[in-house]
Amino acid sequence: MLYREAGDFKTSYASDSQTFPIRFDRWRYWAVVAVAFGVIPFVIDDYWANAVAVPFLIYAIAAIGLNILTGYCGQVSLGTGGFMAVGAYACYKLMTAFPEVSVLIHVLLAGGVTALVGVLFGLPSLRIKGFYLAVATLAAQFFLVWLFNKVPWFYNYSASGQITVPERTILGVAVTGANTPAWAKYLFCLVLLFVLAWVARNLTRGSVGRKWMAIRDMDIAAEIIGVNPLTTKLSAFAVSSFYIGIAGALFFAVYLGAVEVGEAFGIQKSFVVLFMIIIGGLGSIFGSFAGAAFLVLLPVLLKNVLVGQLGWATDLAAHVELMIVGGLIVAFLIYEPHGIAQLWKLAKEKLRLWPFPH
Amino acid sequence: MPDTVFFALEVMLNGLMAGVMYALVALGFVLIYKASGIFNYAQGVMALFAALTLVGLLDGQVPFSHLINAIFGTDVHHFPSGLRDLFAAGEGASGFTAMLGRILGILIPVLLTAAVMVVLAWAVQKLVFRHLVGQAPIILFMATIGLAYFLEGFGDLMWGSDIKALDVGLPKGINETLERVTNEAFGYGFFIDNLDIVAAIVAAILVVTLTLYSQYSRQGRALRAVADDHQAALSVGISLNYIWVLVWSIAGIVALVAGIMWGSKSGVQFSLSLIALKALPVLMLGGFTSIPGAIVGGLIIGMGEKLFEFFIGPLVGGATENWFAYVLALVFLVFRPQGLFGERIIERV
Repeated sequence: MLYREAGDFKTSYASDSQTFPIRFDRWRYWAVVAVAFGVIPFVIDDYWANAVAVPFLIYAIAAIGLNILTGYCGQVSLGTGGFMAVGAYACYKLMTAFPEVSVLIHVLLAGGVTALVGVLFGLPSLRIKGFYLAVATLAAQFFLVWLFNKVPWFYNYSASGQITVPERTILGVAVTGANTPAWAKYLFCLVLLFVLAWVARNLTRGSVGRKWMAIRDMDIAAEIIGVNPLTTKLSAFAVSSFYIGIAGALFFAVYLGAVEVGEAFGIQKSFVVLFMIIIGGLGSIFGSFAGAAFLVLLPVLLKNVLVGQLGWATDLAAHVELMIVGGLIVAFLIYEPHGIAQLWKLAKEKLRLWPFPH
Repeated sequence: MPDTVFFALEVMLNGLMAGVMYALVALGFVLIYKASGIFNYAQGVMALFAALTLVGLLDGQVPFSHLINAIFGTDVHHFPSGLRDLFAAGEGASGFTAMLGRILGILIPVLLTAAVMVVLAWAVQKLVFRHLVGQAPIILFMATIGLAYFLEGFGDLMWGSDIKALDVGLPKGINETLERVTNEAFGYGFFIDNLDIVAAIVAAILVVTLTLYSQYSRQGRALRAVADDHQAALSVGISLNYIWVLVWSIAGIVALVAGIMWGSKSGVQFSLSLIALKALPVLMLGGFTSIPGAIVGGLIIGMGEKLFEFFIGPLVGGATENWFAYVLALVFLVFRPQGLFGERIIERV
């Protein structure tokens, strides 16, 4: 039989509590990783990298970050765009100030800077809850975007007010700037996503993640049984912002190359990432991937069908896209509040019992 | 008194007027929140949708014309005559008939738009929120964000996304009487927009009407009962469905009023839906459950952001209006999480 625990004997605690308890799942996981690392970099071209692969990888990082805060810790944030901007500008300042340091370190440091900012804006979460907090994070969104627009130091006094990424290499291959090959962009983002997703998955099933979930499910009860809300909420804000900051840095340095803050990191970005985790599945790492893939692919698909095939105007297609996304959000919240991840889980459950469902 | 003091006063007055406009949007939020516990993010988009529909009816646009043209390859965009012109009297009409024609030409589209908003309220209740009864507030909030996206796409698809001028005959420009009077009294003329004054009057009428309605009418009492306790209201025979449709309809009509005001002020365009975001800090200051709170919160935010921009703005590069309201609300909430007039939050395990 294809998809069974039967015959897969666990002989240690480590193997009993592994992420994929079913052997088929483990093979599938390694197969996906092998294809992602071993096949795609050799066949990818500029169109696929820029339209699909790189935005997917970057949004997946951002979605994992927001999922940690909203899905696991229950703190709704509408400041994702602002935190991504912090990552992008921190990365830019570091890249231009210390050109001899590797860009990989800059990206990670940018995440660290964002984590600090995230903790700062997370402090009010100790007093205010629910959508009061959601609105409070709007303060972060608007204030940060304004800050990067108005203080020339952040964009190195450039005349246009934009930030443009300088060319940087890793092991002699350009990963940022105009001359970057498609596979290098892809691989750079993929490596970061792979490591970050692995860390996130293991954080969320350890004691840290359990504390987050306790706070999410009922914060007062969690406090009574000894979960410190201060450290728990702030650690969620810190880890989440770290991820989002890295996503922002990559979005600027690898994907866009040049950024105008209001356009690239406006309130729309916050909503897009929030939608990804709602559609993908709140409180699920796989859901972050699924949601990111869905919302990256949907516009590309609609554009190809409506504009390419039917010859509609682009703005018309954009309106239809808005309607579909909005309708899907509502539909998912009504029929499957846990998103694609839950559908996936149900499908697996069915597969496990197949062909004898009773 | 020196001129700067007068100038600051004038800025303050203008801020108060802007605050009234925020309060208009915030009112719709409060109504829905009180009756159903739903924090309706789509309120701003509802205002946009109402304004778009009104303009479409006034000018006689064909709904979904872009879509029809794209599918059938036709080229339709307007009916031969908009409702505004349909009722306009001919050339030689006397003063009274011409006036009547003008008023009818505005009034009938406004009433039709109100009807559209009622249908919308019914559809939203029937298709979305009936299925989400009993969900966590944050789920409902996210559903309204989805609704906002849908409605925005729908409105654009129906009426097109270009910026439209909305003219329902409200006075515009600087109020000259006020300027002359203040100039004679203080030697400094205050510049206040006529439209802002109208908005303030309309807001006052709206608040009084809503208060009277909820205090003295049968539906109003039922509405307050539902707001107080859903289950108790249900057990004495009040139909929750009916009340919720009613509340969404009222909120839709408030959105229409807000849409008319904002549309006349700055044109009907996408940014209209962003005023919903500005209404959020207003609500946080005033408390989600209080109609007077929405007004006071609006005034504080409007005045605060104008004064801040006036005094501090030049020092930090201007455009502080983008974030001041949110940061003020954030700081305020840390000290008083339920807002100025909100009910005390009691939490139990």
